[in-house]
Amino acid sequence: MIKTIKNIELNVNDEGYLQDFSQWTKEIGIELAKEHDIELTDKHWEVINYIQEQVAANKPLSIRGIKKSGVIDIKQFYALFPGGPLKVSTKIAGVPKPKSCI
Amino acid sequence: MKNLVILGAGTSGTMMANHLVSKLPKKEWKIYIVDQYKTHYYQPGFLFLPFDIYTENQVKKEGKKFIPKGVDYVQQKIDRIDSENNLVQLENGVLSYDILIIATGSKIAPDEVEGMHSTEWRKSIFDFYTYEGALALRNKLRNFKKGKMVVHVTEMPIKCPVAPLEFAFLADSYFDKKGIRNDVEITYVTPLSGAFTKEYTSKTLGYLLEEKNIKLVPDFAIEKVDYENNKIVDYADQEVDYDLLVTVPTNMGDEVIERSGLGDELNFVPTHKHTLQSIDHKNIFVIGDATNVPASKAGSVAHFQAETLTDNILLYINEKPLKEEFDGHANCFIETGKNKALLIDFNYEQEPVSGTFPFAKIGPLKLLKESIFNHWGKLAFRWIYWNMLLKGIPIPFVSRNMSTAGKNINK
Repeated sequence: MIKTIKNIELNVNDEGYLQDFSQWTKEIGIELAKEHDIELTDKHWEVINYIQEQVAANKPLSIRGIKKSGVIDIKQFYALFPGGPLKVSTKIAGVPKPKSCI
Repeated sequence: MKNLVILGAGTSGTMMANHLVSKLPKKEWKIYIVDQYKTHYYQPGFLFLPFDIYTENQVKKEGKKFIPKGVDYVQQKIDRIDSENNLVQLENGVLSYDILIIATGSKIAPDEVEGMHSTEWRKSIFDFYTYEGALALRNKLRNFKKGKMVVHVTEMPIKCPVAPLEFAFLADSYFDKKGIRNDVEITYVTPLSGAFTKEYTSKTLGYLLEEKNIKLVPDFAIEKVDYENNKIVDYADQEVDYDLLVTVPTNMGDEVIERSGLGDELNFVPTHKHTLQSIDHKNIFVIGDATNVPASKAGSVAHFQAETLTDNILLYINEKPLKEEFDGHANCFIETGKNKALLIDFNYEQEPVSGTFPFAKIGPLKLLKESIFNHWGKLAFRWIYWNMLLKGIPIPFVSRNMSTAGKNINK
């Protein structure tokens, strides 16, 4: 599927996740966040950077992993990205949501 | 004389010993395999043990039987890998290596979640990823008459990611057969966004939970087990009550990886996902569940990896460039209950799709579709495991790299 943000055509899957991280920019992150009624603050960006680093290093993402990382505490994580923080934060970060093999 | 040392005599380590014994020149290389335990378990059988489908003797054999002649089987606890000096410190003694293969697997870590490994462990809280856990659960289930059964996944990655779903499906059949299905509520609780997380499988298999009347609780990030009040609680204060909690605890690599400073936060060893060479040490290779590669932690994956890794060890010895060959290939039967199963075949890039396997049009197995034939395939796999897989014998018509033949891609 193609989705257009700020006149840029993006490849996304059925759920709106970017399929090619190289298409991601901060500006696109800001627009994706708006779709979830989120205004990105410095703390949001810290989390987004952490998520992108983990994915680049092939490391699995989990709520407990984020807790252990010390980037953010879990209550705050839920407050920043309401409605399933991992699902929402990965979408804004332009990376795939955590999946199983099926 | 040079030494090749394999750590772990599970599925991966045993396969590597069998592959390499005939390929390394005996006058130049001595092969050691180290494992403290005497019993080799057929881990896929742990899924069937709780439901009295398999007996104890069908899932375990003496490990020694599968270690080939010409390989030195060292039955000792591994204390530490000293990668600076190419040494493995054992409980009693030390082994030096020129090449090291880490095949120490992964295991459950129930201490990672508050209240899980509590006084209720194996009373109302069970795992089925260990032999002891599966047996304890079998005994519990034999007397379980009614109530809430919760099948729960703590966090990814886990060994055999479909096993908890299969467990829920088999539980549905089991209680149905006993005539108590209406008295048992089954709930599947996952940290992921659904029971099926890939586009194609969620479309084609979404019906299964509904058909079997299994309730789904997605996006559940467990904070603790409140074992005194029989409920699991997540970070968003969601609660799920249980009478019987069947959980897949956090999976982690072996403690020896942590003691040796070779792992990530979950004690998995950073590994090149196509060559299986460790990222940090050229003479260390990693296979199976012990790696951090983004493939499923499963026996079939280890089997395909073993073929690539054998070639790469020989290339490494001959100072040639390694093959970037392993593609994440996995091939798994998924029990759906009532004597039916699905088959999935996929890799790093290609998600599971429908089709036929291994031959286009002919099959005889069907991908992503329930059939009795697939169920027989799953049961036959136990024989294949003991008699072919562990011995490093290639499985006919199933290649190390995933084939696109017979797959309905882009549909």
